[in-house]
Amino acid sequence: MNLIWTAMLVISVAFALLQGEGGAQAITQGVIDGAENAVVFAFGLVGILGFWCGILKVAEAAGFTSFLARLLSPLVRRLFPSIPPDDPANASILMAITVNLLGLGNAATPLGLKAMQELSRLNRGKDVASDAMCTFLAISTSGVTLLPATVIALRAAAGSAQPAAVVGTTLIATVIATAAALLADRAARRWGRPR
Amino acid sequence: MMELFRALSAWTVPALLMSIPLIAMARGVRVYEVFCEGAKEGLEIAVRILPYLIAMFVALGVFRASSALDFVLGLVTPAAKLLGIPAEVVPLALIRPLSGSGSLGILADLLAQHGPDSLVGLIASTMQGSTETTFYVLTVYFGSVGVVKARHSVAVGLLADFVSFAASVLAVYALLT
Repeated sequence: MNLIWTAMLVISVAFALLQGEGGAQAITQGVIDGAENAVVFAFGLVGILGFWCGILKVAEAAGFTSFLARLLSPLVRRLFPSIPPDDPANASILMAITVNLLGLGNAATPLGLKAMQELSRLNRGKDVASDAMCTFLAISTSGVTLLPATVIALRAAAGSAQPAAVVGTTLIATVIATAAALLADRAARRWGRPR
Repeated sequence: MMELFRALSAWTVPALLMSIPLIAMARGVRVYEVFCEGAKEGLEIAVRILPYLIAMFVALGVFRASSALDFVLGLVTPAAKLLGIPAEVVPLALIRPLSGSGSLGILADLLAQHGPDSLVGLIASTMQGSTETTFYVLTVYFGSVGVVKARHSVAVGLLADFVSFAASVLAVYALLT
């Protein structure tokens, strides 16, 4: 990100140099507009983001997350055959995937890290990723989401007539991507396996 | 089938709005207080991403103002067009695996520029929502347990990103246009 960000600024100024004085003015105006847009945007976001986080907190307190976890438990057993069925790692993984499903972005990282700790214990703390870790990462990086709450909030803040119009398309894209990741994970499992 | 998905999209939020507080209440959750607690966390998120938004918006602002963006897009557009992908979402596709806050900034900018209900807005929204920030997840998750040999995880994560972009474009064309 450091490289990308710096490169964007340097390349921009380089292009502006080619255009003489007009270029310098364009850059200055770009900075002012960009900074202002960021604040206007964040302000528009504050209300709706707060609202969604509130609703999802209620869902969590009502036990929706543990309900979903129970619902999905047969699936998880199939995905992570190397984990003993009654190991606490199962519950951690389920919770992490569940908050991902609900689009609880900021809850996902803490729960994901908890699951990684359980998997690391099963992996005896080795510095090589275990099969279960790779599968968990395949799911986590492809981001299974039922409700893209942040995106819906962004769209509402931008004045969309139908902020939630992308729920269906997101669901399709995320399911296909996750399926591809799981297939690739399974196919690649043999590579680099610790001997 | 398409009607079903449209209805699903349109009614998901209202259904959640009704069922979550209702069920929570029935299970003895102090709904109002818990909601406010969560809302506070939401505000913290908004504040936390503001620096990233400023950084991203300014960088994108000058990149666009200097016409550097036009140049890069001019290079990528033919390839993207060949696949039916609007050129405007290409920057998002490139940043998405690297930075969640960065890509959120780009999405926000695209929504402001093109409108959230435009083809660009819909595809960009779907792209952002349908995948995770691969490098962030890999770094933080593996880093937290001292795993340095990620085996095939990087390749799998990037493959998932690519597949999700392609699927996003196809899904928007199939369902929303």
